[in-house]
Amino acid sequence: MKIMVAVKRVIDYAVKIRVKPDKTGVETSNVKMSMNPFCEIALEEALRIKEAGLASEVIAVSMGPTQCVDTLRTGLAMGADRAIHVDAPATLYPLSVAKILKALVDIEKPGLLILGKQAIDDDCNQTGQMVAGLLKWPQGTFASKVVLDKEKQVATVDREVDGGLETLCLDLPAVITTDLRLNQPRYATLPNIMKAKSKVIKKVTPDELNVEIKSDLELVQVTEPPKRKAGVIVSSVDELIDKLKNDAHVF
Amino acid sequence: MAAFVIQRALRKRSFSAIPSFPSSPFTSISRFVSTLVLGEHESGIVKQSSFSAVEAASRSIGEGNSISMLLAGSGASLQQAASHAASSHPSISQVLVADTDKLTHPLAEPWAELVHLVQHRGGYSHIIAASSSFGKNVLPRAAALLDVSPITDVIEISGSQLFVRPIYAGNALCTVRYNGVEPCMLTIRSTSFPVSLNSADSKSDAAPISQVDLSTFSEDSLGKSRYLKHTTQDTERPDLGSARVVVTGGRGLKSAENFKLIEKLAEKLGGAVGATRAAVDAGFVPNELQVGQTGKIVAPELYIAFGVSGAIQHLAGMRDSKVIVAINKDADAPIFQVADYGLVADLFEAIPELLEKLPSKN
Repeated sequence: MKIMVAVKRVIDYAVKIRVKPDKTGVETSNVKMSMNPFCEIALEEALRIKEAGLASEVIAVSMGPTQCVDTLRTGLAMGADRAIHVDAPATLYPLSVAKILKALVDIEKPGLLILGKQAIDDDCNQTGQMVAGLLKWPQGTFASKVVLDKEKQVATVDREVDGGLETLCLDLPAVITTDLRLNQPRYATLPNIMKAKSKVIKKVTPDELNVEIKSDLELVQVTEPPKRKAGVIVSSVDELIDKLKNDAHVF
Repeated sequence: MAAFVIQRALRKRSFSAIPSFPSSPFTSISRFVSTLVLGEHESGIVKQSSFSAVEAASRSIGEGNSISMLLAGSGASLQQAASHAASSHPSISQVLVADTDKLTHPLAEPWAELVHLVQHRGGYSHIIAASSSFGKNVLPRAAALLDVSPITDVIEISGSQLFVRPIYAGNALCTVRYNGVEPCMLTIRSTSFPVSLNSADSKSDAAPISQVDLSTFSEDSLGKSRYLKHTTQDTERPDLGSARVVVTGGRGLKSAENFKLIEKLAEKLGGAVGATRAAVDAGFVPNELQVGQTGKIVAPELYIAFGVSGAIQHLAGMRDSKVIVAINKDADAPIFQVADYGLVADLFEAIPELLEKLPSKN
């Protein structure tokens, strides 16, 4: 069984982002970019499944401009066997990403598609669910534990839901999206980074996949959130209680 | 630009092409704007967050919006939830009930098929769910089946097709216009659309309840996922998402044992307990108490953070609280930049003192 993992290149999670003065978006030039943290977890899980002897190959895919190749190299250095780069415009909405992924799944026929639960830039939390819908595969979203049964061709998934945990059993092939608690991603070692340079990254275009990129969403503007007014530092618990009572009126 | 014009034209066409199935029980009302709210229920009660979705639909999406709530499940608790929905919010004009074993548990596969089916019969202009784990699981899948782009976690509705949502962990607000075909699908952040007390009162004339005809329910992707179990933490404290007061602890608490101090204080204030990712990862408290970009988003009247540094990802989940109090030993902690009242102190001294001096709220 092959596992396909979708990874996204985003602004590094630790960067304090800046909104462009012309309100067209967020400043991305000269900003540190990394693999989306949830995608790292997705890739780590695929690698662990392969290392447990339950999968034969891990394919990392990413879509977007040329620089996505860097993200794929990171994925290859972590241990992915090969990669596919879909050369596409920078802003793809999840519906287009899901259609491209479906086209790739139709070609590669993986038994499992693993994605992060959300990208930390657009915070959409949609792509996995959408591609599962398009493929008519079952979905295990927000997974914090995945157990594969090769004999029965099922995956048992613990999902992080509002009131606690939910356990589902999914027939393979299936789509799984990862929550933060699924695993601790590994670091790529130097020898693996060197080895990754000789691994194959195949480039395709949405046209070649017969996917039409159309968008039904129009970005009107991006603005800074309203600033909170400056707070005060109090010197004692008594003063704090007094402020809460008499200034903030919360008691 | 050309694509844009074509999309607009398509949208217009789809308005006039609202299908009318004579057999359907709910196409008799012809309307310009009509919303389907995906309702979530538990033990016979519709969740507050689903009423927030109704609130969002009724307040902001056009005049004369007729709102239908769709509930699914099986048996008596579903029927109870239906009558609860029908009589609990004045803006709900109809309750649709899908009663089948396949929907006993809110799985994404049958729910998405259900939404697809109901949309084809009802021709809604909008489909809304709350951004709960249910809404986020189901709505995008349903949107893919309908070939439309959904919009996640809307905090403001500026027009029937114009929405504001946070991106980059709430560090930027993005306004998007939906130009696609109907339906326009969104999940809303329930803390941004509180249910007002008046509308929460039961009303005299209950909305009609109709059963969804499931004879054409597509079985394509059903049965491929099975519900096994649900584990919850029993708690007598109010729900984190809707509590008036939230007391949160971070890594500074040092142990699960010490976290009991936070629980005590929350109990005294009648509030809920929250936690940072560090506290959850260290095993002090269960995951579902995590507040932040990847956990719960809260906006209580009072948010008190103990031993919380204030990472970007945590602030994303609480920055809309009315009053934020931070107590931390480190005077340079970023949390102090968003706090209304900050106290630089050792929390192990501050909490007992607060416990002693704060007025009890029960």
